Amino acid sequence: MARFKKAGGRAVPGINTGSMSDIIFMFLFFFMVITTIRTSTLLVKIMPPKATEVQKLEKKSLVSFIYIGKPLNTELGTESRIQLNDSYATVASIQAFVAAERQSRNEFDRKLLTTSLKVDADTRMGIVTDVKQELRKASAFKINYSTSKQNKD
Amino acid sequence: MADISFLLLTFFLLTSSINTDQGITRKLPPLAPATQKSVNIKDRNVLKVLVNKSDYLLVQGKPINIKELKEIVKTFLSNPGNRVDFPEKEIKEIQGLGRIAVSKGVISLKNDRGTSYGAYIQVQNELTAAVNELRNELSKQKFGVPFTDLKDEIAAEAITKAIPVAISEAEPENIGGK
Repeated sequence: MARFKKAGGRAVPGINTGSMSDIIFMFLFFFMVITTIRTSTLLVKIMPPKATEVQKLEKKSLVSFIYIGKPLNTELGTESRIQLNDSYATVASIQAFVAAERQSRNEFDRKLLTTSLKVDADTRMGIVTDVKQELRKASAFKINYSTSKQNKD
Repeated sequence: MADISFLLLTFFLLTSSINTDQGITRKLPPLAPATQKSVNIKDRNVLKVLVNKSDYLLVQGKPINIKELKEIVKTFLSNPGNRVDFPEKEIKEIQGLGRIAVSKGVISLKNDRGTSYGAYIQVQNELTAAVNELRNELSKQKFGVPFTDLKDEIAAEAITKAIPVAISEAEPENIGGK
């Protein structure tokens, strides 16, 4: 029957893209809520160790970070380095760093300041101990060993 | 419209990272004044934990596996049978709990400069786990809920006082190199 046959067949109607922007906006807001903007570019490789007994850091604005790990730039060798803000640093500059971090907070927040140590799991403890000693000298006693969460078995 | 939101979405995906700010919280001790004499703590009140540069554990002079550490620390801190070679207990008056025996036990953690950070964190994690489990047990016994679900601040503080995190880290010594 010729009635059922049309030349070229029927074209499939295109998908309505009118609501696509809504969906993408939804995605956007979702990501904006669950993520945080990176404050500094990492110069060292950090694979944090895993731990089960982790606590969340309460206030992001009251945390200063010290990164320790192998340099990403392989020309700098494999010796673990300290990164403060956006550059490599030495153990000696930690006290100045803590002082600067204190200065940038208001007076009430200063004693609540926590130092988060983001350290690669393969780092030797020697450099970490040195950093801890410097923090003690700078009276920054609240510290947090950054770890990733591992579920209890 | 969709193009613009796609652009924004890509921008946020690239510039942000999923929040991973969590970890084990510790409080460092203040620097000891130069004039301070070494504090005498009875031998029975100290649990010596050593981690060497090959990440092996030595507890009270015996090599052990990391999996055994939690149970050792738990029995050390709770001293269930009131044994004489385990830590003493001191009866303290704590608001919210009344008179309760608080262990005088201290865990002395010592690591080498060559110990890997991963092993150190594992040990710290086991010590924290032991303390947390003891707190949970006490909290369940006294208030009927685990410590983590304890809403009442006075009660939570009382439990924290009854089972303190007694970890003492030795002043670093340079043995073993990097």
